[in-house]
Amino acid sequence: MIRFTHVSKSYPRTGTAVDDVSLHIGKGEFVFFTGPSGAGKTTLLKMVYMEERPTSGEVKVSGTSSITAKDREVAKIRRKLGIVFQDFRLLDNRTAEQNVAFALEVTGAPQALIGSKVARALTQVGLSGKGTAYPRELSGGEQQRVAIARALVNDPFLLIADEPTGNLDDRATRGIFQLLREINAGGTAVMMATHNLELIRRQEFRTIEMNRGAVVFDSAEQVAKPVRDI
Amino acid sequence: MRSLRDALITFRRTPLLSALSITTIAFSLFAFGLFGLVALNIREALERIEDRVEIRAFVADGTAPELIVQAAGDIANYPEVLGTKTVSQDEALVRAKKELGDFRDVFEGAVLPASIDVRLKPGFRDPATVKRVSARVKAFSFVDDIRYGEEWIEKLYRLRNIAGIAGIVLGLAFAGVSVIIIGATIRMAVLSRAKEIAIMRLVGATDAYIRRPFLIEGIAKGVLGGLLALLLTYVARTIIDRYLIQTIFFDTKIALLGLLFGALIGLVGSAFSVGRHLRHV
Repeated sequence: MIRFTHVSKSYPRTGTAVDDVSLHIGKGEFVFFTGPSGAGKTTLLKMVYMEERPTSGEVKVSGTSSITAKDREVAKIRRKLGIVFQDFRLLDNRTAEQNVAFALEVTGAPQALIGSKVARALTQVGLSGKGTAYPRELSGGEQQRVAIARALVNDPFLLIADEPTGNLDDRATRGIFQLLREINAGGTAVMMATHNLELIRRQEFRTIEMNRGAVVFDSAEQVAKPVRDI
Repeated sequence: MRSLRDALITFRRTPLLSALSITTIAFSLFAFGLFGLVALNIREALERIEDRVEIRAFVADGTAPELIVQAAGDIANYPEVLGTKTVSQDEALVRAKKELGDFRDVFEGAVLPASIDVRLKPGFRDPATVKRVSARVKAFSFVDDIRYGEEWIEKLYRLRNIAGIAGIVLGLAFAGVSVIIIGATIRMAVLSRAKEIAIMRLVGATDAYIRRPFLIEGIAKGVLGGLLALLLTYVARTIIDRYLIQTIFFDTKIALLGLLFGALIGLVGSAFSVGRHLRHV
């Protein structure tokens, strides 16, 4: 589903961000990415949604290659991905509902479908009663739930979460993590970058540790766990 | 439809910025319009003078009138020639007296040569053609002398060329400034929506989709600026017409062309600025 083949990424000013990474993530997998700041986690995730393209090597996402993909194909691929960030990235002047609907509107979804899809996504993240609230009226955890609802509303095959709990207290962190597990249980793969080792330690999910752009540990290789693929 | 709504929303959300950009476009186009008006009126005046471009072939004394009439007929058939008129000696005298007004006594008892006056078709009044036709007319054996005011024709044309070139150069400069101004205002609009644009891209909106409302906004601002400029130019022209000299105004076609040009400036400016933003984010 997602395959990195000898992927390196370097920037003219800051040097190498990702250094010769090869890995494969199968359908419906839940994968943690950990490592110190600047280890290359965010760059790695950016290459999945093709915000960045590798300097060398190839990233393949559901058959689309980073080498050949045109802007249009990138847009198309992103409609099948859900992306969540530490800072939520919600539009302040829109309600929770409108924020979620935004993802459908700008991809040309039929107007008639939007209402029901938005309601379903908000219910899924446990915010069915807060659709008309503006982001400033919601707690951090709730705002992240709105962002996740927006990521889910297009029925993605993969949810990318870059430090989704970085701005949240423990309670909210646990809630968000529980939600991501539920989403994963529904068949959506999850790639999550996090600093929160506490969170990882308690889980049996595949963990990939990065340092200075390279993969230094991959639990899938340690434990001979077969990777499901299609 | 959504793009149009988005463009309108931007107008409503940032009325001051929108008004400012429309005004700047209007003023650029107004300057352009004023210059265009000057150029138009110079050209109009030149055409009126040019209307008087005439080749006068003086006929040798004693030439048979029927010979002159026949030659006039032949010359009238030249492709460049609009028409010819034969002027007898008596008529020449009457005309000279009329042209000189108070000094008509000078011609008491004078004899002026008869002539064939040749008028050229519009588009054939440039120095080269005048010279060429003159040479052909001069080839008639009974044509004594030929006058066509070669110096002032050339001057006239030089003036017109300078006006034309100055018009194009200044026009392009103004258009360039307008593009930059509208580019800057659209850029402000783009930056004020940078977060929205980033999210749009994240959820898979195409660049074309993101670009569209800004392009519509640019076109709308260009057209509105054009309308305002047209109004300002019209007011300026009315004032000049009333208090200074009589002038003509653009016809509908040129006015529409001006609006189209405004729209184009808006489109180019916004396309440039959105394109740059999308490439760099």
